[in-house]
Amino acid sequence: MLSRFKKLVTILFASVLALSISSTSFAIDKLHFLIGGGAGGGWDGTARGTGEALTKAGFLKGASFENMSGGGGGKALSFLINTKPENTVLVQSTPLVLRSITRHKGYVKGDDVLSYKDVVPIAGVIGDYGAIAVAKDSPFKTFSDVVAAYNKDPKSVKMAGGSVRGSMDHLIGALAFQVAGADPNNVVYVPYDAGGKALAGLLSGETQILSTGLGEVMGARDQVNIIGITAPERVADAPDVPTLKEQGFDVQFVNWRGFFGPPGMDKGMKKEIAKMLGDVQKTPEWEAVRKRNAWVNIYNPGDKFVSFLKKQTVEMTALMKKLGVI
Amino acid sequence: MIEGILLGLKTALSFTNLFMVMFGCIIGTVIGMLPGLGPMTAIALMIPITYGFDPSTGLILMAGVYYGAVFGGSTSSILINAPGVPGTVATTFDGYPMAQQGKAGKALAIAAYSSFSGGTIAAIFLLIAAPMLSKVSLAFRSPDYFALMVLGLTAVSAFSAKGQFLKAIMMAVLGLMLATVGQDSLSDIPRFIFNSMSLSDGISFILIAMAMFAMSEALMIIFKGKDPSKVTKSISLSELGSIRLDKEERKKMLKTIPRSSVIGFLIGVLPGAGATIASFLAYGMERNFVSKEEKEKFGKGSVHGLAAPETANNAACSGAFVPLLTLGIPGSGTTAVMLGALLSFGIQPGPRLYMTNPEVFWSVIMSMYIGMVILLILNLPLIPYIARLLAVPRNYLVPLILFFSVAGIYLIYFNTFDIFLMIGLAVLACSLRLYNFPMPPLILAFVLGGMMEENLRRSLIISDGSFNFLWDRPLTAVILAGTILLVSWQVYKSFKK
Repeated sequence: MLSRFKKLVTILFASVLALSISSTSFAIDKLHFLIGGGAGGGWDGTARGTGEALTKAGFLKGASFENMSGGGGGKALSFLINTKPENTVLVQSTPLVLRSITRHKGYVKGDDVLSYKDVVPIAGVIGDYGAIAVAKDSPFKTFSDVVAAYNKDPKSVKMAGGSVRGSMDHLIGALAFQVAGADPNNVVYVPYDAGGKALAGLLSGETQILSTGLGEVMGARDQVNIIGITAPERVADAPDVPTLKEQGFDVQFVNWRGFFGPPGMDKGMKKEIAKMLGDVQKTPEWEAVRKRNAWVNIYNPGDKFVSFLKKQTVEMTALMKKLGVI
Repeated sequence: MIEGILLGLKTALSFTNLFMVMFGCIIGTVIGMLPGLGPMTAIALMIPITYGFDPSTGLILMAGVYYGAVFGGSTSSILINAPGVPGTVATTFDGYPMAQQGKAGKALAIAAYSSFSGGTIAAIFLLIAAPMLSKVSLAFRSPDYFALMVLGLTAVSAFSAKGQFLKAIMMAVLGLMLATVGQDSLSDIPRFIFNSMSLSDGISFILIAMAMFAMSEALMIIFKGKDPSKVTKSISLSELGSIRLDKEERKKMLKTIPRSSVIGFLIGVLPGAGATIASFLAYGMERNFVSKEEKEKFGKGSVHGLAAPETANNAACSGAFVPLLTLGIPGSGTTAVMLGALLSFGIQPGPRLYMTNPEVFWSVIMSMYIGMVILLILNLPLIPYIARLLAVPRNYLVPLILFFSVAGIYLIYFNTFDIFLMIGLAVLACSLRLYNFPMPPLILAFVLGGMMEENLRRSLIISDGSFNFLWDRPLTAVILAGTILLVSWQVYKSFKK
């Protein structure tokens, strides 16, 4: 009796397995999102928001999500590389580039360090530009004012940022000072552990300028003036905010968020997911998610994405060397 | 401000949030009533549940659990002389004698009315004080934050139980040490991670809270071996006596409640001092306020002596929200647990909470009034039935708590390492508790540790490496002077013995 039951179960399992294999061999209708951080973080929001838009707009029949935090995202990254799961994409962002440059503990494997080259970049989907902000009553009206004050006395301009030395916030400001001809290493950088705290520090008067993501200061425009952003041209959501480029400082920086596949991912499949991620941005379902999260669409697929990552790695390595972070 | 109140009411009165206040109050009352389990355990158990909630909903639920637990704690204090929370220890002084005189119903009613009034009056203070303080707190700089945190840690140690100053300080230091594990937040350098990827992001706050409170409380119940539910069975819960108060009793309460509310609220606002200190202080002060003949009755079932601590502990709970909401600094172990939860919602409490998340700010305050009304209803007519829960045997309760702790922590990070770490920490906490080491300083220090280090190092960066920032600003200097006074007072006290 029992053996017959066992047989039945075995057949059942085998058929389920066979079915699932056959279903994956053609069009992608289910996608598994691997998230290198806990619930509620930036990666988590990007993956779940994208998954939601893809399913609601009919590109996917279902999306599943898995949070695997640890090692600043390194744990999920090594999991993707080692187990090469099927139909799975990993969400990542600028820290992938930065942490592999700084040899972040979670990204080091023996003598090697993991980077975007160890996985398959599918597409960058959204992004955020860097911004330099000052308090409403600040004497600084443009970035040139800041540079002038800095040249007079480098210690008089203290720059706040919402993360550690060598993080994006630090690099955005350092990049701007470097382009203005200053030694970015002499700029006093005051790190805070969250963008909101850095903003409070700026408003309390203990720092003079704030270097952070545009999204972080957009909501505080009643209290701060944004005196420059690192976009190539003005952005639609804030048409009155000047770019650094138009003030004569050619600084461009994008904090991207995008998706990566396991090494050896099928080329056709990569293309299909990339196309799906691009097409979904034209749907109202995506627009609803985008608006809710105040994302900026910066779609950057395939080879373009790879060359962007290459360029960002070169630029950031040079800057971090200069800053003495590495 | 009117706009804020309306916004808060709109959020707090939504169906989900109303349900959450009710749910929180009931859960809080039940957990708070069970001897040994306090608001910190109750809130720690709520964290995994609130994960993924809307922030205001989550905070409303936790606030409900918080004052529910303080409310519920009085029931076991009065009926079986076993306070559920440290904040209701002072309630036993006059509440239990009153119950022994066959006036248990009256005692419960006095406790309920006092708690209600204390909580409501303090919520009005909070409504006025918090927005005002929010404006002032924008001027707080890193050195001021650093000084405030030093004061908070010193205060929570100084005000812990008698003769435990040294033990409390040691626990605070242990908390600071645990906080250094992981990536340091100013330069991203990993510390004490023993090459483990699971430790590289630091020990999660939720894990510490669940291990140190929920889990170790449950284990302690096993260690103590005494099952208070047996005591409960011996009291006939249906014979609580009338819950009606006569005119004279009401008059006495009317005198006590206003002054105890003020004391309770002010103590609650102070960083490091919470419901426990407020209730003891209010009890002591009340004895000095009343007439000589009333003074004689203290400890023998005095109305004043019961109303004072019950008013003050609830008022202190509301007061503790002031530093949390305006400065982002938790004033007590319980609000520390709430801060951790808020951060996991992606909300940064502090000077700008008022502007960035006004709905959170106001709806929490508004939900307090609703919660108070619900608790009054819960605690008056329903109390004989709820009190039966005291008879739940421990062999059902303990496994339940252990299950929720383990499942809860796993469901947040999906990391089995966390489960082992939590069990290890819970065992450590248990052995420390067996030697009477207090836990609240540890949890507060763990939360403040990272912030304290950051603010100190930031102050040093801004002042270019000099320690002048300690006295450069009057605000910093005053706060630090207060800390020194507190320590010298403790040292003086121990030498006098």
